[in-house]
Amino acid sequence: MADVEFHKQEDLNDVPLEGDITVPGLKTEDDEISTLDEPVRDTILRDVRAVGVKFFHVLYPKQSKALLREWDLWGPLILCTLMAMMLQGDSGDVDSTSDGGPEFAEVFVIYWVGAVVVTMNNKLLGGNISFFQSVCVLGYCVSPLAISLIISRLILLAPEQTTVLFVIRFILVVIAFAWSTFASTAFLSDSQPPGKKVLAVYPIFLFYFIISWLVISHTHS
Amino acid sequence: MGENSVKVKMADTSTWRNQESKHPAVVDLDDMEMEIVDKDDSDYETNFSDSRPPQQSQQKSKEGVYLEDMRKRFQDNVTSMMWQAGSQQAKKAWSIYGNIDILRPYFNVEPHEVRSRLMYSLFPQKPTDHRQRVPRELYGPLMVIFTMIALLLLQMKTADHKVEEGTLMGTAFGVCFSYWIGASSFVWFLCYVCNCHMTMLQILSMMGYGLFGHCIVIFLGTIIHTSHDHLFFYILWAVFGGISTLRMVCIVISRTHGQTQRMFIGGAIAALHLLFLLYLHFAYHQVVEDLSQVFDHMPAINHPAPQSLPQTLTETIVEQAVQGNNSVQHIVRS
Repeated sequence: MADVEFHKQEDLNDVPLEGDITVPGLKTEDDEISTLDEPVRDTILRDVRAVGVKFFHVLYPKQSKALLREWDLWGPLILCTLMAMMLQGDSGDVDSTSDGGPEFAEVFVIYWVGAVVVTMNNKLLGGNISFFQSVCVLGYCVSPLAISLIISRLILLAPEQTTVLFVIRFILVVIAFAWSTFASTAFLSDSQPPGKKVLAVYPIFLFYFIISWLVISHTHS
Repeated sequence: MGENSVKVKMADTSTWRNQESKHPAVVDLDDMEMEIVDKDDSDYETNFSDSRPPQQSQQKSKEGVYLEDMRKRFQDNVTSMMWQAGSQQAKKAWSIYGNIDILRPYFNVEPHEVRSRLMYSLFPQKPTDHRQRVPRELYGPLMVIFTMIALLLLQMKTADHKVEEGTLMGTAFGVCFSYWIGASSFVWFLCYVCNCHMTMLQILSMMGYGLFGHCIVIFLGTIIHTSHDHLFFYILWAVFGGISTLRMVCIVISRTHGQTQRMFIGGAIAALHLLFLLYLHFAYHQVVEDLSQVFDHMPAINHPAPQSLPQTLTETIVEQAVQGNNSVQHIVRS
């Protein structure tokens, strides 16, 4: 209190009160590991590794909390863009009136609106999960379907499309659909209210069903 | 100095007023003093040259004080504005979360309840004096509608790949939800007019479960293709559409008094429900398929994919008429 000065009446309003508030027991930011002075490469690689680990968890689904604990939207964004681009129609077709653009938007909208609807349904049924956690899980669990889409695009490159090839594609997509549904229910099962699992799973089933229909009905090579 | 003070006043009138209301005496004195200084400047520019330096320094310090004051006020204003905007957004987000809590009771159902309600939406009960119970539940109706959107998407995709490509999803969403909410609002209005004892939620629930029959018809119509034969669809329409409509009409009749009112409201529901199914079938399925069939049979008209249905329809009709005319002329000549 040594440096308190008495000011004139007119100047009193102009002097701001300044100072630091430090609490002795509290941890300051210096105690944590600083990521400010590490190379950018390390930061990016760490994030990429985290996304990769999550993809692995989806492809080998067991009861894991990694997807729920550290959610991110990178994976869903990448998958969504990838699928939308691959499902886009041919623009070189002269007869086609659509340039393929709407297909991109359609896939994009189905992807995100579907995830939001499923999440809202889960919340309304009384599930204890945060919004983005659920969107993250649903987004990552599309990866089996994305793989099946890539393979079916490769099959579509064949010069002649036969029934056998279609059956192969169909089986692939059905397996991927089952895989996606199973993986997402495995991750979300803890957060769903007991006794209402069927009600929570139904919209998930519908969501992946629509996406797999998009994959199987896509015939532009 | 005078200019400066005017600028400050113009820039920040509101806070000045506040200050005036808080310390009226001080500000008045200040203003008076400034006026006097201004007069001094204009009247005795040369005579009082000796007394200028102290005045100027005083002026400068006062200017600094005012600028500082202005900056501080400006800062305060911006801070408060930001705070207000932020808190408004937070309130909005909170209210959305609150709305979820409000809706939660209507989603509190068991799986077997949903199953039995779906089943019973296809079993009309004979209306008696006893009022039929209508659940206040939104899970079932919403899921039925989402299923219908999915089925409509499938139907559109199988019917033709290119027509209205970009708006498939939006159309399906828009049609289903606007029918559900619009028809329910209309029925609610009729209920109000005809003194029928039903709340909006009960109507929404009833209409939603009523769409289950539509889902079955659309599904069967999509997987079983009978290209030019509408008989199969009409049978499905009459059976499934009919029983789900009958179910709703029975519910409404059991909850309304008076013969005229019953007929009025029952007729309105039946018309809405059955016509909607016809619309869904013919708007998104059969017309497109018919058109593609027509184009397949007439290789001479090598049209691109139809952009607008009415135009192409009239074109085909004209073409066919011309062909028919030619053949008639041919017969007459021979």
